[in-house]
Amino acid sequence: MIKLNLKKDSLRKVNGLLQNLDQKSNDRSFKIINPDGNHAICAGLKEEMDVTIDGHVGYYCAGMNMKADVIVNGNVGTGVAENMMSGSVHVKGNASQSAGATAHGGTLIVDGDTSSRCGISMKGIDIIVKGSVGHMSAFMAQSGNLVICGDAGDALGDSIYEAKIFIKGEPKSLGADCEKKNMNKKDQDLLKSLLKKASIDENQLTNFKMYGSARKLYNFNIDNVSEY
Amino acid sequence: MCGIVGLYLKNKKYNKDLGKFLTEMMNNMSTRGPDSAGFAIYSTERKKKYKYSICYNENNIKEIKKNLSKEIKDAKIKIISDHFVLETSLKPVKVISIIKSYDNLNLVGYGSSIEIFKQVGNPRDVVNNFSLKNFSGTHAIGHTRMATESAITTDGSHPYSTGEDECLVHNGSLSNHNNLRRTLKKKGIEIKSQNDTEVAAGYISNGLSNKKSLKDTLIDGLKDLDGFYTFISGTKNGLAIVRDEIACKPAVVAETKDYVAIASEFQAMAHLPNVNKAKIFEPEPGLVYSWGK
Repeated sequence: MIKLNLKKDSLRKVNGLLQNLDQKSNDRSFKIINPDGNHAICAGLKEEMDVTIDGHVGYYCAGMNMKADVIVNGNVGTGVAENMMSGSVHVKGNASQSAGATAHGGTLIVDGDTSSRCGISMKGIDIIVKGSVGHMSAFMAQSGNLVICGDAGDALGDSIYEAKIFIKGEPKSLGADCEKKNMNKKDQDLLKSLLKKASIDENQLTNFKMYGSARKLYNFNIDNVSEY
Repeated sequence: MCGIVGLYLKNKKYNKDLGKFLTEMMNNMSTRGPDSAGFAIYSTERKKKYKYSICYNENNIKEIKKNLSKEIKDAKIKIISDHFVLETSLKPVKVISIIKSYDNLNLVGYGSSIEIFKQVGNPRDVVNNFSLKNFSGTHAIGHTRMATESAITTDGSHPYSTGEDECLVHNGSLSNHNNLRRTLKKKGIEIKSQNDTEVAAGYISNGLSNKKSLKDTLIDGLKDLDGFYTFISGTKNGLAIVRDEIACKPAVVAETKDYVAIASEFQAMAHLPNVNKAKIFEPEPGLVYSWGK
């Protein structure tokens, strides 16, 4: 384990070291201390490695992540794991708005709550929030899964495409074109695997509801084909 | 963008450190607002005494001091950078009319508890110029500005104070301020600049002068003020924060048994004592939070 101290070394130096990790390097375990709310910590990591951040961090933590597994022992600011491609980010505290925004892949786990716009425009990421999410979550979500163990704020899944939302609590309101769906065996298995990723007890599986797109906002509607 | 900060001390032992803490908070928020900065410090009120924070720009302060002392017999004047604080027991109506008779003076704010300072320039320089680190008090509000709605001048700098011991800082922009400015002017609220935030400050003054609480005034503001905002507002009794219902403008609160810190970003408060043990949360959209006596 290599210790990196942001009180001593600049953010640029620490990020530079992680971003340029030698592909052949055996040292792939890092701990960052004194993050003090700095922005863009662990942004743009491209190699397999474990990074643990001890403390609260600012915006865009682990943004654009590829392959790396990042754990934050604290809260994160706006846009954690935004545009992540693969790998994982686990936030032990709360996350601010736009968690996992536009992310194409990988897994984001938030032990606490997230504020508004969680999973906005998500494109394939799996997001598991053990607490609640704020308003406009999964707005224009295109693909991937958002699991919410608590409640959701207003306009959940507004203008959603083909992403799936699983929620145990209640959404305050649903956004345009978002509707409740029946869960089949395949959906149940998917939810089970998502909960397992976040080490959530299988007994918690009950009472989840699934939401998705009513597909009425799509530009192309097969029923209207003769009119195009 | 703009950075806003607020600090309310629950434990008196930190009163002497208020300025020092706020200095760090504002320095850390200079990245969000490099154009100008300002702060308001509240200290224990002194019975029957009022303090007037006045900007004298680059005028001859010796002459101003001499003339003011003739008109206000018990005037105590403390000069800090291009501001001075005048303390007197004379009635506010009288003092304000005297200050207004000087073309070269600009009343930034007044009250029995508040002192306000603001200046154009990088926040790090501004807080140094005013020696913010030496201030003590019970609570404080600060602002670092990235100008959008009006010019980079002291008139366009925050905090805005449109009433006794009141002040407001704002991150965001209002879209109905021109209309609201006209309505408030008709009600006798004085709004000096073209800035949107001063209108919101006037709106709060109007509410408070109608015997409404700060919290209730801000709740009313949710339907009357149109635009994006996170506001931190102060009175001599305490602080309040509110975010509009869309909540695009950030805010984070850290509360311990000793203090409540509010800032646009967590990094502004990362240096505060025991902050890692604080209860940290984001104010929910459209909810008013307040702390005070």
